[in-house]
This record gives sequence, structure tokens and C-alpha cells, in this order.
Amino acid sequence: MDFILQPWAWYIGGPLIAISLLLYFYFGKNFGASTNFETICTIFGADKVSDYFKKDWKDQKFALFFVVGLIIGGFIAANYLIPNQTIDLNPKTVQELTDLGFSNVGNQYFPDEIFSDEVVFSLKGFLILLVSGLLIGFGTRYAGGCTSGHAITGLSSLQLPSLLAVIGFFIGGIIATWFIIPLIF
Amino acid sequence: MVYNPLNILGMKNIKFLILGIFFAIVLSKTQAISWYRFYEMFKFQSFHMFGIIGGAVVISMIFMQLFKHGKIKDINGNKIIPKPKKKGFIRTILGGTFFGLGWGISGACAAPIFVILGFKLIPALILLIGALLGAFIYGVLSKKLPN
Repeated sequence: MDFILQPWAWYIGGPLIAISLLLYFYFGKNFGASTNFETICTIFGADKVSDYFKKDWKDQKFALFFVVGLIIGGFIAANYLIPNQTIDLNPKTVQELTDLGFSNVGNQYFPDEIFSDEVVFSLKGFLILLVSGLLIGFGTRYAGGCTSGHAITGLSSLQLPSLLAVIGFFIGGIIATWFIIPLIF
Repeated sequence: MVYNPLNILGMKNIKFLILGIFFAIVLSKTQAISWYRFYEMFKFQSFHMFGIIGGAVVISMIFMQLFKHGKIKDINGNKIIPKPKKKGFIRTILGGTFFGLGWGISGACAAPIFVILGFKLIPALILLIGALLGAFIYGVLSKKLPN
């Protein structure tokens, strides 16, 4: 029980993610997460606006079950499996973020400066999340995959488009954390 | 066709639901959904996320070889062949960069958005609405965007 409640090290996480991929393929489907954004668009009637969404969402039902599992799993983890969300961060990271005005850095998974109710219901806080989401939805579909589909599935099956996409992920992520975060905080 | 009551109830998909629960718990317990962990990763201040993603890729490579040589077949006995990714320099680099920007700011990639719903409902909902809008805009523009 103690192991379950402790944070898991990278050398446990890496193999368990690979096993998730293995099972996904064993069940006969291609591992990935971001196609679901399109499927949900289709369910909400996006097919009436653009032919792009004229797909039978029932073919993606398995992936929607996976998504429901992700939500349930997140709920279980948040409420029962992580009694302490403290993160063992690099002291340099803590100092940097403190200097930017972040409080209690690493005391929980999600900083209040982006995720607290107060911030989320302010215009700036709302827009930060909405625009980030927009970039995630647009970018993953344009690139043809996310961390699961490109970085893990694509790289491990030695696909060149995935290598390019992962380079793109890092270009974007570096611009965001080195330049945009200091600008907006 | 063989009559299978499980299929009619959609029960054959339950395995994906259970796998989703498992995957969400793995991401949560390894802190791979934490904003701080991705900030650290993009600032190259910690090995943690590189270890997780790198470790997953290396072990998956072994699985991919086993798929390729038919040592592991899927549940129906078919050969496992990962779908080829869409080719195109601009779409992968530029699309990847857009995604990276959103990921770097919010600390969330695609699967974690759904996992974070269990942790921070309202912020994750806003991220999800944004992501759906983004996917919608992509779909509408898809024919006009450079490849």
C-alpha cells in the first residue's frame, strides 16, 4: 500500500506507459489521444459545418471508452491515490518560478497562478487556459498526433513525421516556458 | 455473423475503459500531468520527464520490433501494424510547434486534459473546450493549410 501512495519514479512510469501502448495495440487499435478531439467535434455536429468531420464517430467508440477511463482514472488518482501532491523540483526551478511571482512552488501538481478558481474566473486566467487549449487542439490535429501518438507511438515505430513533430513540440514548449511564461506572469 | 451479446451492449469496449483508468493512474502517480514537471522538462532542469517519455519510447521500440516480426499479434490473431503518420514538413513542424506552445503554457497535453478533469474540473473543462475549438478550426481550414 505504501508503494501505491508514494510518487512513482520515472523508471516505473516509462515501462508502464509502454505496457499501456502494448495493450492498446494488442486490443487491435492504434495508440493515441488527440483524435478524440475531432470525434467529439463530430458528435457535437461539426459535420454540418465542414466535410472534414463527416466521419462515423462510432468507429472511434473504443477511443471514447478510453477517454471515459482517463476521466475516471484521474478522479480515482486525485481522490484516493495521491495523499501528498508535493513535487521534488529542482531548487533552480523553484527559485525561478518564485521570482516570477508563483507561490508555494511544487506544493501541489497545479499552480494556483493558473489553476485556482480565482484565476480561472478572471479574464486573463480564462484566456490563458482557453488559448492554450486551442493551440493544443489545433496543433495536435495539424501535426497528426500528440505525445502519445507522435512522441511514443511514432518515435518507437521510427516514423520520420513523428521526429519532426516532436522537434516542433520542443520548439513550442521552449518558446512557451522560456519567453511566454515570463511575459504573462 | 456470430451472435455476441457483449458486442451489442458495447461491452467489447470495456477493456479500453479499464486501460484508460490504468493509463490515467500511471500518468497521475508519475506526476506526468503536473504543470511543474513539464515546465522543468522544457527548461531542461530535470531528468524526470525525459526518463518517463524516453523510457516509454525505448521499451515501445522493443514491442514494435516484436509486432513487426509477428512475435506479438493482436487479440484477433492479426499482425499489428501501426498506422503510418501523415507526411509533410510544414504540418508536422508547425502543427507540433502550436501544440508545444499550448503544452508549455498550460502544462497539459492531449490525454492529461481528460485526466486533469478529475483534479481541477473547471480549468480542465476550459482547456478541453479550447482543444475542441482548436480541432474544429483545424478541420474547417484543413484543405487550405500548407502540408
